[in-house]
Parts: sequence; C-alpha cells; structure tokens
Amino acid sequence: MAELIAAGQEPEILFWVGCAGSFDERAQRITRDICKILQHVGISFAVLGTEESCTGDPAKRAGNEFLFQMQAMTNIELLNAYNIKKIVTGCPHCFNTIKNEYPGLGGSYEVIHHTQLIQQLIDEGKLKAEGGESFKGKRITYHDPCYLGRGNEVYEAPRKALEVLDADLVEMKRCRSNGLCCGAGGAQMFKEPEPGKKDINMERMTDVLESKAQVVAAACPFCMTMLSDGVKHSNKEQEIKVLDIAEITARANGL
Amino acid sequence: MIGQVIFIIILFAAIYLFSKNAGKIRRNILLGRDTDRSDHPGERWKTMLKVAFGQSKMVKRPLAAVMHFFIYVGFVIINLEVLEIMIDGVFGSHRVFSKVLGGLYGLLIGGFEILALLVLIACVVFLIRRNIIHLKRFSGVEMTSWPKSDANYILTIEILLMTAFLTMNAADHKLQLLNFGEYIKAGNFPVSHLLSPLLPDSARSLVMVERGCWWLHIIGILAFLNYLPYSKHFHILLAFPNTYYSNLNPKGKFTNMASVTNEVKAMLDPSFTPPAAEVSRFGAKDVTDLTWKNLMEAYTCTECGRCTSVCPANITGKLLSPRKIMMDTRDRITEVGKNIDAHGKDHDDGKALLDNYITREELWACTSCNACTEACPVNINPLEIITEMRRYLVMEEAQAPASLNNMFGNVENNGAPWKYAQADRANWMKQ
Repeated sequence: MAELIAAGQEPEILFWVGCAGSFDERAQRITRDICKILQHVGISFAVLGTEESCTGDPAKRAGNEFLFQMQAMTNIELLNAYNIKKIVTGCPHCFNTIKNEYPGLGGSYEVIHHTQLIQQLIDEGKLKAEGGESFKGKRITYHDPCYLGRGNEVYEAPRKALEVLDADLVEMKRCRSNGLCCGAGGAQMFKEPEPGKKDINMERMTDVLESKAQVVAAACPFCMTMLSDGVKHSNKEQEIKVLDIAEITARANGL
Repeated sequence: MIGQVIFIIILFAAIYLFSKNAGKIRRNILLGRDTDRSDHPGERWKTMLKVAFGQSKMVKRPLAAVMHFFIYVGFVIINLEVLEIMIDGVFGSHRVFSKVLGGLYGLLIGGFEILALLVLIACVVFLIRRNIIHLKRFSGVEMTSWPKSDANYILTIEILLMTAFLTMNAADHKLQLLNFGEYIKAGNFPVSHLLSPLLPDSARSLVMVERGCWWLHIIGILAFLNYLPYSKHFHILLAFPNTYYSNLNPKGKFTNMASVTNEVKAMLDPSFTPPAAEVSRFGAKDVTDLTWKNLMEAYTCTECGRCTSVCPANITGKLLSPRKIMMDTRDRITEVGKNIDAHGKDHDDGKALLDNYITREELWACTSCNACTEACPVNINPLEIITEMRRYLVMEEAQAPASLNNMFGNVENNGAPWKYAQADRANWMKQ
C-alpha cells in the first residue's frame, strides 16, 4: 500500500489479509489464491503488508475491550490516512469486525468477504470455472463460518461460488442458520477447550462424514484449521479434502 | 347479588396483587444499566409482529410449533370468552354476548370449544414429552426440581381450566335443551355436547355443575394470572416487549464500550480530555452491571432449551448452557429484588451473579457462535451476558486463562495473536 501511495496511485480495493492469512502456512496458500483471483480479473488491489495489524477480534471476543479498541483505532488511523474506501477480507472475523465494529470508532468502509467478491465476479461474468481442475460431479459440502453466516447472514454468496462448478453440492444436517460452529470462535482458537466429552470440531465431523462429501468447502482460516484437524483425527485425509472457496475457485480456473 | 359482590372483590384483589408483583419485576428490570433501544420503531414493531405475534422462530421445530400455536391461539382467543365472563360476573348477567351477537355467538362459542380441545391435546402432548418421553431438551443441570415442576404446573393448570370451560358449556347446553330459566339457546356446542352423557339429568344438579365450573374457571384464571410473576410462564406477556426491544444489529456486531473509547483516546492522544464519566466497573460482575434489556430477557425466558440444544459447547459436554445463563440471571435479579424489599436499596448480601451463580468455566467455554441467539424464539441474547462477564474478568480482575493472556500479549506487541514478528507479516508474498 505504502508503495502505491508513493507512486501516486489509489487501488480499487484493499485486500485485508488477516493474521492467519499472513502467518499460518495453510492460510497463506488461501491468501495467495485470493491474490491470483484478483490479478486474474484485473482488479487493482493493495495489501498493507507489514503495516497491517490484528483487527482486535480475538481480544474483543475474549473480553479485552481495551486491547480491541487500541488495535481498532490504530488500524482506522492507518486506513483513513490511506483513504481506503473498499476492503475485501480473507477472514470472516476480520470482515465482521471491520464492517460492524469499526464504524462506531470512526472507520467506515465498504467491507466484503472474499466469497462475496467471488460471487460478484461470477455474476458479472468476469469469473467462470474453466481452464483448470474439474470439480464436475464431485461431492462438495459447505461449512458456514459463524461470523459470515449467523453473524452477518451471508449464506448465499459462498454457495453461489460453488454452484458454477457443476459439482454435486450437498448440505450438512446442520447448515445455514443452524450451522454448527467449528469450535474456534470467541477466542477458543487460542486456548484449550474446557473439559467436556469431545471436541467441537469432532462433533462437526459427524456431519461431514454423514454428508459423504469428498470436499468440505470452508471460508474461514480458523474453520480451515479445525476442520482439517477433524479430518486428520478421523483418518479421512485420503477421502476428504478441506479447501477454501478461494482455493476451489483458483483451481477451477487453473490459476 | 352476593355472587356479584364476591366476584368483584376477587377480581380486584387478583388485579391488585398481580399489578404489585408485576411492578416489582418492572422495578427489578430497571435496576439494569441504561441502553438505548428507542431507534427504528417501525422495524421494531415489525420484528415484534413477526417473532412474537407471528411465532416465526418457532417453526424450526414443527411439532412443538404446531402444539404451541394451539395453546397460543387458544389463550389469545379464549380471552374473549373471559371478557364475557367478567361482564357476567360483575353485572350478574348470563352469556351477555349471546344477546348482542345472535347467531354469530354460537359460531364463536363453537370456535372457542374447538380451540379449548386443541389446547387440551397440546398440553397432554407436552406433558408426555416432558414426563414420559423425557426429551433431552428438557433436562440438564439447570433443570432442577422447581423448573420441572413449574412446567408441569402450567400445563396441568391449563388442562384444568379447559376442562372447567368445556364442562361448564356442557352443563349449560343441557340446561338450554331443557329450556331451563335464563339458559337461552346459544349455539350447538360442538365439543362440549359430547360430555352431556357424563352429566346428571336434573336441572338443579346441572345448574350446580354449570355454576361450579364457571367459578372454577374464572378463579382459576385469576389465580393463574397471579402465578405468572413467579413462573417462567411470564413469557406470555414479556415476549412482546422483549421482541420489540430486540437487537436489530447483525448478530456478529458486539457493542463498543464508550467508557473504554474515552480511555483509549486519552492514551493515544494526550491532549484529549475524556468527559467526566460516572465511575462504574467494566463489564458485569453482578446483574445490576447488565442492561435492563438483559434483565428483561431473563424474565422473558421460558426455559424451552432451544439455545442449549444447539450450543456447540453444551453439545460436546462442556458446563456451559445458555439457558442456565438466563435462569441464573433471573434467579439472581429476583434475589436482589427481595433484598431491596427486606433490607432497603443499598443492602449488600455479599453475593454476585459471577461465581455464586455462573462459574468462570462456563463463561470461557463459549465460542460466541450465536447459535443460541439464533435459536431463541423470543430473541433472547445469552451471548451478551457472557461477553459482559468476560469483560469483567479480563478488565477488572485480569483473570483470563493463561493462554488468552499470551494471545493478548502477542496482539499488543506483534499485532497478531501468535508469536510472529510484525516485520514477517508480508512474508507470504515471497513464496
């Protein structure tokens, strides 16, 4: 971003990568695929790079409002300084926080999640599913991330992004507004679960297995971690792949 | 004449007592912190009409939805009959509406009777679900003996009221056929006439049955009215204001604490002087730290357990149960109210919602997934209470689990929840 400003340019959209997308090895692959999609359709975009910082989401959900607002205000200052108008995020948590909680602290932007961007590009005819890996007839199910689904009622965009694949789309028993959490939200990602009889991602695995899906489509880096762990613990790594919608889209287009 | 006097005394005593107890609940609710829910009145009315009046969120569980709909419609519509009973009771008339409505009256009574039968059936089904099938949703740590009895009392009272209503009509109908006294023909009583063979044949006994059931029905209703403030059944009243004051924001949006904003601004900009704010704690330790809306929700909860049955923490055996959060909040605010009645406003009983009712383990088990708020048929938000209590634990007591403290430290120092250097944030581009 800093480089673009130095060159006197303003990008169409800012890609907010997020902490997982920046540091988590698995999520980095999704980040690169989102970039490939943006480049493929010719959208001018920028990232904040080393200037990006945590939105404060995990701090806020854990009750640390101080830390959240410190992060938020610092980020807002930066975003406003760069005159950012539109943001696409690679993570539903960043999406929710910037979209809903930043305006009250002085940061109002048009914020969309990457699955919404992909859907828009498909609707506009700029993105298809051709020239790459075929998902035709593959049994795919979609896991609703809480902060995209119930949190912001984005249920259709990710599904539309899958519909172009001509795949065998199936819903899990608990889906859409009834979707079951992967277990990572509310800062659970960063702590051990409380004592119980099983882990939440293993509970979700019962839905995944019941759906007999070959691909579980995810749209959140934390869900990605939890679902991948679940598949691993169920010894189903050969049969079931967990892929982000951005990865599926990139693969289908041979990017 | 004596009957009328007794009726009026009972009626006013019942209304007085109910107003007094409902007033106490209102006072208790207003012990909560202020929150502004006066915006978007149009959208609020719409939400109330859809969710409370239209029962839109009940349909996710179709059998319960249909059964509950019978009882709900029965309750609302049979109240027209109660209005007639009140007028008859005060003025000593008999079926006063029959003279005004003529042929329509018979249809109306027929409709009431069919509804009464449906209510009866629904209550029996509900009793079976709770006591014979033992549906999992109606058990759990918080479903101790009182909540279980409360539910059974409500259903039993409703069965008794409907039985009294139908028996009264049956006796009345039989008297009508005998052309006895003031019992003028008032329709064909489609349900209650089936009970005729069970009733005595003499007019005197029939009058006794009819009067007896009339009194039983109306006194039962007034007694039930006064049971409401002690029961989860209070939801029949509070469901309406509670949905009117619903959270209209996206569920993912948490409140930004204004008190924190001022302090953070002062920290980031030394020239900023925060407006003088009242000294209160961050987050919630006790019920009075919650908002009046949270407390209204606690009184609105009817303990159906839909929240708990979809809670990922509860499903996987953790201690957390969103229904318990609401029931604990209600129990505690009731206790605080009783303390005020007994010892005056500033009495401190040394107890709090935190630890005495809700444990820290429960609070930390929440994934903030909003399944509970989505499931609640009357838009109750247990997540907000959990969040407020976490805020207290973190910002007042600094008592977060150690791993979360590490995460806080990382966010503060490296701008990420993990221990990675800020300078490495763009390394993903290099591969």
